[in-house]
Amino acid sequence: MPQLNFADFPPQLVWLAISFVILYIAMAKIAIPRISEVLEGRQDRIAKDLDEARRLSEESEQAKTEYEAALEEARSKAHTMVAGLKAELAKEQDASKAELEAKLADNAKAAEESIANAKETALANVKSIAGEAAKAAVSKLVSLDVSDADLNAAVEANLKGKA
Amino acid sequence: MEVEAAKMIGAGLATIALAGVGLGLGNIFGSYISGSLRNPAAAPKVFGNVLLAFALTEAVALFALVIAFLILFA
Amino acid sequence: MAEGHSPLAQFEIKRLVEMNVGGVDVSFTNSSLFMIIVIAAITLFLTLSMRGRAMVPGRMQSMAELSYEFIANMLKENVGSEGRKYFPFIFSVFMFVLFCNLIGMIPYSFTVTSHIIVTFGLAATVFVTVTLVGIFRHGFKFLSFFVPSDVPAVLLVLLVPIEIISYFVRPISLSVRLFANMLAGHTLLKVFGAFVIALSWWGGWVPLAFITALTGLEFLVAFLQAYVFAILSCLYLNDAIHLHH
Repeated sequence: MPQLNFADFPPQLVWLAISFVILYIAMAKIAIPRISEVLEGRQDRIAKDLDEARRLSEESEQAKTEYEAALEEARSKAHTMVAGLKAELAKEQDASKAELEAKLADNAKAAEESIANAKETALANVKSIAGEAAKAAVSKLVSLDVSDADLNAAVEANLKGKA
Repeated sequence: MEVEAAKMIGAGLATIALAGVGLGLGNIFGSYISGSLRNPAAAPKVFGNVLLAFALTEAVALFALVIAFLILFA
Repeated sequence: MAEGHSPLAQFEIKRLVEMNVGGVDVSFTNSSLFMIIVIAAITLFLTLSMRGRAMVPGRMQSMAELSYEFIANMLKENVGSEGRKYFPFIFSVFMFVLFCNLIGMIPYSFTVTSHIIVTFGLAATVFVTVTLVGIFRHGFKFLSFFVPSDVPAVLLVLLVPIEIISYFVRPISLSVRLFANMLAGHTLLKVFGAFVIALSWWGGWVPLAFITALTGLEFLVAFLQAYVFAILSCLYLNDAIHLHH
């Protein structure tokens, strides 16, 4: 086996030591700092981006609550406005209703009065017509003049007796 | 020539170690498979250990091989 | 098998430039050449891919970042925050082993990690570093690492030597594991390659298909062994830093 040729051991060991020391220095001084710098830079960048994202999300959260508060306020304002309008409308309506009712009552009263007047007039007319008729009938039957005073008394008595 | 024949026989005998290595490797992967079927979530975590155990066990077989080589060629 | 066509011929060390410093042979060999290629490839890969320093990484840059984060996570999970200091070391070990394994997969190239002395050198570096870390952190208390807690005194007589031996066997097992994997994989590919030639065009398709599958497996092994090497280094480091069993 070539691996067990002892004459080959010293050069291999020497060159192994040389190359391993070079490799160690190259790794420790050049390669590893370079890689770790990049990795840490990326880590920092990610952390920074995460912070930024957190800040932005907080901001948007705040804006949202503000917006909601404004919305709530507007809604309550609209509510009070609507309620005020409703109350005003109801008051107006009540007033016009009362006015209308009063007018209607007035009209009814006037109508009743006019009806009573008409009735009275009609009754008076009936009296006079009855008196005329009776006078005419009496004069025709007995050809005698009856005075208006007597005639009226008779009609009154008749009406009273009937009533 | 008798020494030569004895070397051959010795190198052959050195490979008997492979019986134990075979048992060991079978045990490693059998345990890994049955374990990962019981708890598939944990399987990736132990796979590195499986490879390590595989390499360590395989090395035993190669020790035997080196012995055989030493007998034959040294 | 004919001489020169041995499946082990690919591991031959060839001296490209003969050199000798103070009686020690320091010849520039093909192994040395590939070590230089490997460290050049790693450095170029990591610096060129990060050249853009893009916020959104491209394909190469995300590969470089992936390898960085892979080792960083491994260290964090297995050692904890104290392991941060040793990141360049573990990262260099991982990248070196990974690139040696991967560049070795290129046909006609040389696999540095298929040599026991190279892997042993690496493992010994890890072992010595870890032991020094343990001694500097804990001083004499580091010796308590070899004394398991909650064990009767009678058993300690037996357990302490076992602990000590198992501690000192670590670099050997660490190096032999990597070496054996690379050696076996490349030898197997060569053996099957010889079968393709031997069976020629009417029967060689079967081993050729096999080689294709094996090449895929070898890429997996190349990565897996680098991972295992790095994770075991992390575990050893964790032992040295935290001292608990």
